[in-house]
Amino acid sequence: MELSLNVNNEEWALDVAPADVLLDVLRERVGTKSPKIGCERGDCGSCTILIDGRSVRSCLVLAVEAEGHEITTVEGIGADHLSELQNLFISNNSFQCGFCAPGIVLSATELLARNPSPSRHDVQEALSGNLCRCTGYEPIIEAVLAAGERNEEVSA
Amino acid sequence: MTTTYPFEADSVDDALTAVGTPAVRIDGLDKISGAAQFVDDLDFGPDLLHGAVVESPHAYARIVSIDTSAAEAAPGVVKVITGEDFPYNFGMYMEDRYIFAQHHVRFVGEQVAGVIARTHRQAVRAAKLVEVEYEVLEPLLDPKEAVAEDAPLIHPNLGDYAHVPWFFPKADTNIAHWRKIRKGDTEKAFAEADYVLEDTYRVPRYAHCAIEPHVTVGKLDHAGRLTVWTASQSPHTQRHLFAEALAPLGFAHKDVRVITPYVGGGFGGKAGVSMEIIGAAMATAVKGHPVKLRFTREQEFYNTYQRQGVVAELKVGVMNNGTITAVEHKLYWDAGAYVEYGANVVNAAGLSATGPYRVPNISNDSLCVYTNLPPGGPYRGFGYSEFHFGLESHMDRIAEAIGMDPVDFRRKNAIVEGDELSYGGHMNPSGMIEAIDKTAAAIEWGVDEESKNPNTIMGKGVALFWKAPAMPPNASSASFLKFNEDGSVNVSVSGMELGQGYLTVMAQIAAEILGLPVEMVRVETPDTDRNPYEWQTVASHVTWSSGLAVEKAAIEARAKIFEVIHEVYGFEDETLYLEDQKVKCTTDPEFAKPLREFVIDGIQTDDGTWRGGPIIASGKFMPEFTNANSDPETGQGGHPNVHYTVGACGVLIEIDKETGRIWVRKAALAVDAGKAINPDLVKGQITGGLVQGLATVLYEDMRFDDDGRLMNPNFTDYKIPTSFDIPDEMIPIIVEVPQPDGPFGARGVGEHTMIAAAPVIANAVYNALGVRIKSMPITQEKIALAVTDRHHN
Ligand code: FES
Ligand code: FES
Repeated sequence: MELSLNVNNEEWALDVAPADVLLDVLRERVGTKSPKIGCERGDCGSCTILIDGRSVRSCLVLAVEAEGHEITTVEGIGADHLSELQNLFISNNSFQCGFCAPGIVLSATELLARNPSPSRHDVQEALSGNLCRCTGYEPIIEAVLAAGERNEEVSA
Repeated sequence: MTTTYPFEADSVDDALTAVGTPAVRIDGLDKISGAAQFVDDLDFGPDLLHGAVVESPHAYARIVSIDTSAAEAAPGVVKVITGEDFPYNFGMYMEDRYIFAQHHVRFVGEQVAGVIARTHRQAVRAAKLVEVEYEVLEPLLDPKEAVAEDAPLIHPNLGDYAHVPWFFPKADTNIAHWRKIRKGDTEKAFAEADYVLEDTYRVPRYAHCAIEPHVTVGKLDHAGRLTVWTASQSPHTQRHLFAEALAPLGFAHKDVRVITPYVGGGFGGKAGVSMEIIGAAMATAVKGHPVKLRFTREQEFYNTYQRQGVVAELKVGVMNNGTITAVEHKLYWDAGAYVEYGANVVNAAGLSATGPYRVPNISNDSLCVYTNLPPGGPYRGFGYSEFHFGLESHMDRIAEAIGMDPVDFRRKNAIVEGDELSYGGHMNPSGMIEAIDKTAAAIEWGVDEESKNPNTIMGKGVALFWKAPAMPPNASSASFLKFNEDGSVNVSVSGMELGQGYLTVMAQIAAEILGLPVEMVRVETPDTDRNPYEWQTVASHVTWSSGLAVEKAAIEARAKIFEVIHEVYGFEDETLYLEDQKVKCTTDPEFAKPLREFVIDGIQTDDGTWRGGPIIASGKFMPEFTNANSDPETGQGGHPNVHYTVGACGVLIEIDKETGRIWVRKAALAVDAGKAINPDLVKGQITGGLVQGLATVLYEDMRFDDDGRLMNPNFTDYKIPTSFDIPDEMIPIIVEVPQPDGPFGARGVGEHTMIAAAPVIANAVYNALGVRIKSMPITQEKIALAVTDRHHN
């Protein structure tokens, strides 16, 4: 069936099967490889994308359900220049292997859009669906908190 | 007496500019922008085929027949292969493993056949159509049962398997290797000891749970060259094992190529060769096509490596003054169906099972026991996490029994430089005492903590750790280095960036010696065709070993730079140095020759001719002072370990008195890095390793049913830590007592940071509640039951 997808502000016209999973379509048909395959059952969060700004596990969504919505991946977030948050992730040594990073960037981006100066608990909650086996989370949480503090300074 | 080091690294310069700085990781931008490519992200074109595996439903069975006809006729299927097509065995240290099962299956999930089809879905569907008839046999699931005299044999031909010379398999038993250490006279020491404590500790199996599953893409092209892209810690070792295992098909090493892009976490699970051999074999069956085999999360749990379980019987004797006089440690490892790699975990643990203590009388037995569970293998900590649980629990109990403070007791017995090791060698310089003191201070050891909540109680614990790299005695590393026109540098190595920051550390070492900013050095993930040899990225050895190879290449390049300057300008080498991307001279402050002016093109002389040319260099390192030859009955005589890294861990926990729920309020961990080439990266290893270790003691646990089937092969039922499951506060402490032969004094720290996590919690639970839990994990149920029991007694 015909499907039109908006991925990082680009329009795609694709021919897909009704049962095709959005994660697979993004990776194999659109060529957007930052959403990763970690478990394919909604447990790990490495396939996280934003749909209309809300974080979604793309392994649990059918491609056809995304029609008419705006999909954003980490390639879209940092297309022109890295976001403040991405820079903080680099300077805080927030990631090691980096496999979880695209999903975590998106979950944290969504959080900061909703709640510009989150508490530690807010950050932990927003990231609780994104597993990271390498870092022990602390350097990730600290970077998101630092981004929140900068937001506060800007708005003060 | 101290160990002498035949090779002393370049002396440590006080004014370091790149080494010792928290340089930003050179792969940071790749990873944060989405640009980083992992194997599954590579494109292979429209002729890519997909593989699926037919798996054994039984823990132990004889294969009566395999019928592949229905699968072969299924839509999209290109080929179905079985053990008959690949009747070869292989293995890392012992060749007891098969590409596909031969006659028998020995664990639930073992590969029996492979299906290659046009799409992934077609391959999976067709795999279900392969009909295998089995004669089911009684499985052995417990190592103590498997060592019983009358136990059935899991590998009747154990005596025929090729293995490394430091293994001692016992033919016609299930004991694939038995590492013995005998030193002094334990019998006499126990008889004379003032206090002897004997007990048994149990540690289950664990899963690595790297978030990236194993993926392999293999391609045998029409010219006969085999290329395999893998998510691996071990590209050269994989090339070697592929070439050896597939040698009957006519492969030379030069015709096998392994390419390893970024890896999404390893933790030992992607070391050696596990599922990759299936992908490589599949590729040979469909010449001309690339074939992708990607494991599901379930397969990841049951058919890669698992951390082995162990039953540890420990006996320790002490004098009233607190001196440890004897240790007897019997380790029965549940090593699984194939031990080609796991047997070396058993070996490493046996060599070091006294823990980081000075012990004059030792009797260690570390037994590698076959069971009908998935193959055990390397896991961050390599056997040390497992035996430290019992050992460090035991040390606390002994200290209490003789009325000594557990920290004082450890400080008194901690092994220090020059002390004799269990196999007869001598301990390297170590900052253990400093680590103990700083850890104790960080958690305010000795200060009682009162809970503000009447339902909870606070507890503190400490534990020490040590670990040596476990490697063949001649495991080596190599590097190439070349300058570019602008004075930037490419360094080629074959260690793997697993997330630990290896590429950045190699860049820092090269930058330091060449007087460059770290940003002027590029280091990338390897391709065995282009990059020089590295044994594997395991054993926490690459900062040390590969770092030495890079250091030597950089020193050679520097010498070549000075040579051309000397030839053209006449300055003596000793007066030249590199700084700010220029060659400078101590005797002529005016002289400053930018590298970019000559490292490719050379320097023009007065007569118009040119000198020099492209600056290229290489370096290699092999520890020429080690040997694995020792007496099989005593373990004495060899020098198997290059050095030990040590440290200490302390925690403050809060426990709900009724439910047994534990919150880690504070965790401090001190590790002796020798020299932290990049302190931020060392801290990353501390927080990451600590959280991974705490999970093994607080909730992770592989559960098997009575038929040997893993019951929790997913993240819903096998919980790993989320962002909520971390200590409120983590205090990383870096100790730096230089390793004499390390690059700038560095030694490895990657695995060490999880080793003490389990006993430190056991000790803190005891400190809080007075109950001693002797099996992992220390669940709420176990605590609640123990508390109730104590109230009843
Ligand atoms: S792959 Fe989607 S949550 Fe794991
Ligand atoms: S950095 Fe490796 S999983 Fe998060």
